[in-house]
Amino acid sequence: MFVTSPIPSSLSVLLALLSVWALIGVAGLLRPRSLTLTARRLFPLGAICGLAIAAFAATSLWSPAEQLTLHIGLPDLPMHMRLDALSGFFLFLLGAASAGISIFGAGYFRSGQGTPPGLLCLQYHIFLASMGFVLLADDAYAFMVAWETMALASYFLVTAQHQRPEIRRAGFLYLLIAHLGAIGILLSFGVMQGGSWLFTFDAMRAATLPAGWAAAAFLLALFGFGAKAGLVPLHVWLPEAHPAAPSPVSALMSGVMLKTAVYGILRVTFDLLGNSEWWWGLVPLALGLFSAIFGVVFAAAQTDMKRLLAFSSIENIGIIFTAFGLALIFQGVSLPALAALALVALLYHSLNHAFMKSLLFLGTGAVLHSTGERNLGRLGGLIHRMPWVAWLSLVGALALAGLPPLNGFVSEWLLLQAFLFSPDVPRTFINMLLPLGAALVALAAALAAYVMVKFFGVIFLGQAREPALARAHDAGTLERIGLGWLAAACVVLGLFPARVVALLGTVVEQLTGASLPRTDAPWWLLAPLAERQASYSALLFFVVIAVIVVATVLVVRTLYHGRAQRVPPWDCGFGGLNARMQDTAEGFGQPIRRLFGSFFAMTRELPSPFDKAPRYRVAVEDRFWRGLYRPLGALVQRAADAVAWVQQGRIATYLIYSFVTLVALLALVL
Amino acid sequence: MKLLEVLTQLIEIIAALAVAPVFLGWVNQCRAWLQNRSAPSLLLPYRNIRKLFHKDAVIATNASPLFRLAPYIVFGAMVTAAGIIPSMGTDLLFTNAADAIALVGLFATARVFISLAAMDIGTAFGSLGARREMMVGFLAEPALLMVVFVASLISATTALPAITESLGTRDLGLYPSLAFTAVAFTMVLLAENARIPIDNPSTHLELTMIHEAMLLEYSARHLALMEWASALKLFNYATIGFALFVPWGVSTAEGGPAALMASVPLLLAKLAIAGAALAVLETLSAKLRVFRAPEFLAMAFLLAVLGLLVHLLLGA
Repeated sequence: MFVTSPIPSSLSVLLALLSVWALIGVAGLLRPRSLTLTARRLFPLGAICGLAIAAFAATSLWSPAEQLTLHIGLPDLPMHMRLDALSGFFLFLLGAASAGISIFGAGYFRSGQGTPPGLLCLQYHIFLASMGFVLLADDAYAFMVAWETMALASYFLVTAQHQRPEIRRAGFLYLLIAHLGAIGILLSFGVMQGGSWLFTFDAMRAATLPAGWAAAAFLLALFGFGAKAGLVPLHVWLPEAHPAAPSPVSALMSGVMLKTAVYGILRVTFDLLGNSEWWWGLVPLALGLFSAIFGVVFAAAQTDMKRLLAFSSIENIGIIFTAFGLALIFQGVSLPALAALALVALLYHSLNHAFMKSLLFLGTGAVLHSTGERNLGRLGGLIHRMPWVAWLSLVGALALAGLPPLNGFVSEWLLLQAFLFSPDVPRTFINMLLPLGAALVALAAALAAYVMVKFFGVIFLGQAREPALARAHDAGTLERIGLGWLAAACVVLGLFPARVVALLGTVVEQLTGASLPRTDAPWWLLAPLAERQASYSALLFFVVIAVIVVATVLVVRTLYHGRAQRVPPWDCGFGGLNARMQDTAEGFGQPIRRLFGSFFAMTRELPSPFDKAPRYRVAVEDRFWRGLYRPLGALVQRAADAVAWVQQGRIATYLIYSFVTLVALLALVL
Repeated sequence: MKLLEVLTQLIEIIAALAVAPVFLGWVNQCRAWLQNRSAPSLLLPYRNIRKLFHKDAVIATNASPLFRLAPYIVFGAMVTAAGIIPSMGTDLLFTNAADAIALVGLFATARVFISLAAMDIGTAFGSLGARREMMVGFLAEPALLMVVFVASLISATTALPAITESLGTRDLGLYPSLAFTAVAFTMVLLAENARIPIDNPSTHLELTMIHEAMLLEYSARHLALMEWASALKLFNYATIGFALFVPWGVSTAEGGPAALMASVPLLLAKLAIAGAALAVLETLSAKLRVFRAPEFLAMAFLLAVLGLLVHLLLGA
């Protein structure tokens, strides 16, 4: 079926590996109820396949783009495939992150939860394979088929526990917004073919659009991919759908699937459209900054650990789109080196987020399995019962909080450096507003640290808030391997940023032609810019702190002593300490709810002093529901009601409709 | 790697370790004088730390390893920070390793660890302190970053020693943007170091405290390290202030060892004045309610942003 290239190229190997993923999924149907087959055999196989994909994708970063035409599907409508550095980078992300998630999934999935394991295995691997095909597609037809397969497979995964009505509701909302977004993408492709009626990406690259149409295509794509990425105000599905899915699937959706939307918008803007204008960047920049603050503020107010992480994903997508907007602005005003810097920050953050968010979602999965509890108010003290999960999650939490020397800090550092150049933009007024974006990014990063202290502190530290938690057990070996893989990735990406940035630089160079300035910095030093003295060496940083910590321990032990007594907590001598005296998740979020009160639609139930059984309840709701979605829903309902008048339910009426239509058409034709 | 670089680096770290407790003692002494109390010895913080090191550690039964590890990490972070800030010389070994943004990140790391350790025992005070510390932190951190950004934009670098050199050698003139950011920085310094008006370092009244609430369960060597770390933090903030706003008299690579020696008494003089000023500020103001703290810090943030705008408008 392959037409070109006699020797197996990276592209054909990658296509074969993606097909292997699909086949692994189908193999799950052999014995759909057998957990040993699906979990113990097929999922590890999927993980190995993911590793192979990551390896082959990584080699493609250096090689020129490859193309292939697959004659499958409809006749005369072949599927075009293309592998370039951008696809290669995102395929690497997909393969490497999913390897950890699949290995974890091998130990995680149990039988007796809604969908039988074999079917789950099929949906999971089809989901993986379709994401891969999205990244390789080189015509609108193949792209949309893969995109819709991805949406459907993930829909079925989200509704794995379809017995529960709120999960069915979350699934429906997800499907609805996914399709609204798909319409936007489809229309954007329609605009981009530019009258040639050829829907291959090559034709779109060749087409030159008038400025207005190009802007329309960009905004439609931003709508479509923004809906998939969870950009505010199209985010409402994300905090419903991501927590509803089983944890490995949540990890895939948050860590990897959101990145396919990032890939899509990059592909459309920098590759297919090409000649962008600087003001386009203002839209994603503004939406991104708002999403970042919005997401993190809502994350701080959550009491469900998976919802908290889902809102944190909105924040990170916001940061990614902020970098995207900044890159577009720099590109538009011919500052290619700065555009490259912003794009490197974008790609770096995408990669980081894939690992750290997956790690934390898997950590919540392990907690959920061990305790059966998702509510932060009923957890606590799990670092004693689940040390592996706790310490590995700590790596993810610190990384997500953007603390050096882990990876989250590197991408934020790069983005802030890019912002520091924004006064160079030769547009008055705009160049003064842009640096304020840095203030908002800094605020979001600092709030992320707040959220992560809440997340880690309430789940793993303190005293167990429920007696049942004493029976919690640590994760199994396979789960530990999965968590460890992702945590190791966070550490490596944090400690060796200069190598990673050099690699991402080649991706950006192939995409936009813009490259980072050459610097002669040594391998351990990240110094992406020659003209400004700004450098960071995570490795040296880490070694210095580690040496000081070890030296302090040794000095204290030798000069003094290491004696310690274990006693009950002092607690200022009050006594009678119990677990309910700790801060709850609501309590920890209270300062944020108070400070950012206008973000929330809050309903509170306060006890009066005379209540026999005082109750305090607070419900935090998204203002977008009340302000945007409900009115929109009502409008659609009213329109549907108005149109419903046409449906009279009598055959005679319908015959008249047919007759009138026929006459009208005849009149038109003749 | 030159000898002078290594020497400057070592002297800076050792000086920070040695001077930080004395600086704290000096602030306390000034405060006592201003408030008509008989002043404690300048060396009291030292004696306190030594006493604590000699004691047996008393650790809660349900403390996790994180609780015992945190003091070392916080201390290590503060010592590293002292190595990054050009308090005496700009010719530092670690110059390339971390710039001003990484320094802010380092403070954030220390804050996160101290907050996590406070939540570890599961007492009401610990988690209350952690929550308040993070609340102060998430407002103070962006404000500090904005302050740093203004200085970076003026001197076209984010490396602190380079900022100090470029600010120290510029023409003497009025920089309105630096004036705004200096006020903002002072406010951040007060908040981050648990000083009045945000927190009272000498109170143990449960409902008002932030920093002390997090240390309640610590004793002996762990407490000693935490106390030393917070003295170092105050010292670090003071030297960041010098590096940004009074960058004169810091030795550079050309100056050689003589300039380095000359910068030591100058640093001590700066610290003496800053400590006295801090004591005056603290004596003149009253502690704010906890929920007024965000307003205070939001003002610091806005002042820093204003400084940024002024810089971009006037180019100064």
